[in-house]
Amino acid sequence: MRMKYVLSEVMVGLWRNVTMTVAMIITMAVSLTMLGASGLIFTQVNDMKAYYYDKIEVSIFLDTNVTPDQKNSLEASLKSDPLVREVIYESKQQAYDKFKTMYADTPALIDAVKPDQLPESFRVRLKDPEKYQQIYAAYNGKDGIDTILDQRRLLEKIFGILGSVQTMALVAAIIMAVAALLLVGNTIQVAAYSKRREVAVMKLVGASNWFIQAPFVLEAVVAGLLGSVIGFAALALGKWLLLDGSLRDLTNLLTPIGWGKVLIMLPLMAAVGSLVSAATAWVTLRFYLRV
Amino acid sequence: MIQLEQVTKTYPKASRPSLDDVSVGIEKGEFVFFIGPSGSGKSTIIKLLLHEIQPNKGRVHVNSRDVTAMRSWKVPAFRRQIGCVFQDFRLLPNRTAYENVAFALEVIGKTKAVARRVVPEVLELVGLGGKEHRYPHELSGGEQQRVAVARAFVNRPLILLADEPTGNLDPDTSIEIMRLLDRINRTGTTVVMVTHDSNIVNQMRRRVIEIESGRIVRDQARGVYG
Repeated sequence: MRMKYVLSEVMVGLWRNVTMTVAMIITMAVSLTMLGASGLIFTQVNDMKAYYYDKIEVSIFLDTNVTPDQKNSLEASLKSDPLVREVIYESKQQAYDKFKTMYADTPALIDAVKPDQLPESFRVRLKDPEKYQQIYAAYNGKDGIDTILDQRRLLEKIFGILGSVQTMALVAAIIMAVAALLLVGNTIQVAAYSKRREVAVMKLVGASNWFIQAPFVLEAVVAGLLGSVIGFAALALGKWLLLDGSLRDLTNLLTPIGWGKVLIMLPLMAAVGSLVSAATAWVTLRFYLRV
Repeated sequence: MIQLEQVTKTYPKASRPSLDDVSVGIEKGEFVFFIGPSGSGKSTIIKLLLHEIQPNKGRVHVNSRDVTAMRSWKVPAFRRQIGCVFQDFRLLPNRTAYENVAFALEVIGKTKAVARRVVPEVLELVGLGGKEHRYPHELSGGEQQRVAVARAFVNRPLILLADEPTGNLDPDTSIEIMRLLDRINRTGTTVVMVTHDSNIVNQMRRRVIEIESGRIVRDQARGVYG
């Protein structure tokens, strides 16, 4: 009977002030979508780092007029370098073959380039990709070397962009969350006011504090859960329409985001949505009801 | 049953205390009037007994428990032993007489079955048999106060506190309510009533404690309003 009472009170509470409830759910949904997106980007960047950092190379491009001696001594010193894990030599022909496969769909570009125009290079894998600076300092300017290129730097630019997108999503999530929390607080105050007579009687006859507070807190939790479900739907729709749809090429380049990862966001969003609104409702009640 | 030991209560921003070093003891089964002019501090006593407010100094014991030292989570269980009636009845307007009384039972965890058994009984006791399904606005003031008394008494509390229960009622109705409180008192329930209704005090001839400016100026076993 008590459970039934509490649940029916929750439903009545949500209906009594339905415009406010809708506003609360929508802001909560937007905030949680942002949170989910931010979470997705975060795991995505981590995955990409794990995937790419393993394959990362430092390319040492050689001068066009490099002598075989210079080449040999360079290769020997790279191979004996304690920082280096692996050295692969790439000839002009190999570079050209790579170039051909890379631009297979633009034959005009391939026609314009001759194998001779592409530089030879050493592809160096480091034991620790973070130690790029040391390699750069040791070899930059040596005879026969044209430029030293670190792929990590390129990747880090991409990660930097993704990181700032993530931060933006997180900031938006927090701002929306503040709005959502104010709405939760207000809704609970209105609910507590419209039930002030009942609350006064309950306090008078000695109803337990949890029993007085439960309908209000649950009202906020239900709104939080609805918000998180809607937010999750928006996130899933976003993946389906954007990542799997119009932005497909970009997604494949950045390693695709699986449905599994999107799905994991649902419990995360639901937990955050319900816990945060429950806490807000509870704090509001402590000030407002003083039970 | 009820002990106030040198209780002083000053409300924030008040220039003088509402209760000033008040000590009083009330035995089980007594019927006690607290009388005095408005603002003399008599309602403050009810609030102290209910743990609604805390004294600045002194101790309050109710039913051999120290109310002043009580943890807030123990207050609900404590209040179940105390019934309470007020001048403004404090009924829920959207519930019938029966539902008002049943609500008080259900929110402290009693089942509907218990309510079905106990509520008609107590409504009969207060003289509202046959009017169980009327809403407060369909009842007279005296009848509404009877519902409030039924709600206060349905748990068979050890103590019944009444804060000017006849304040909104005409003299005849007031006397009916007093008869009802007297009947409840005869079941062994301690009744503490705050009032400035001299008629009633003079008719009942019960213990009278008079308060003026926060101090007890008279405590008489079978007193009149004076």
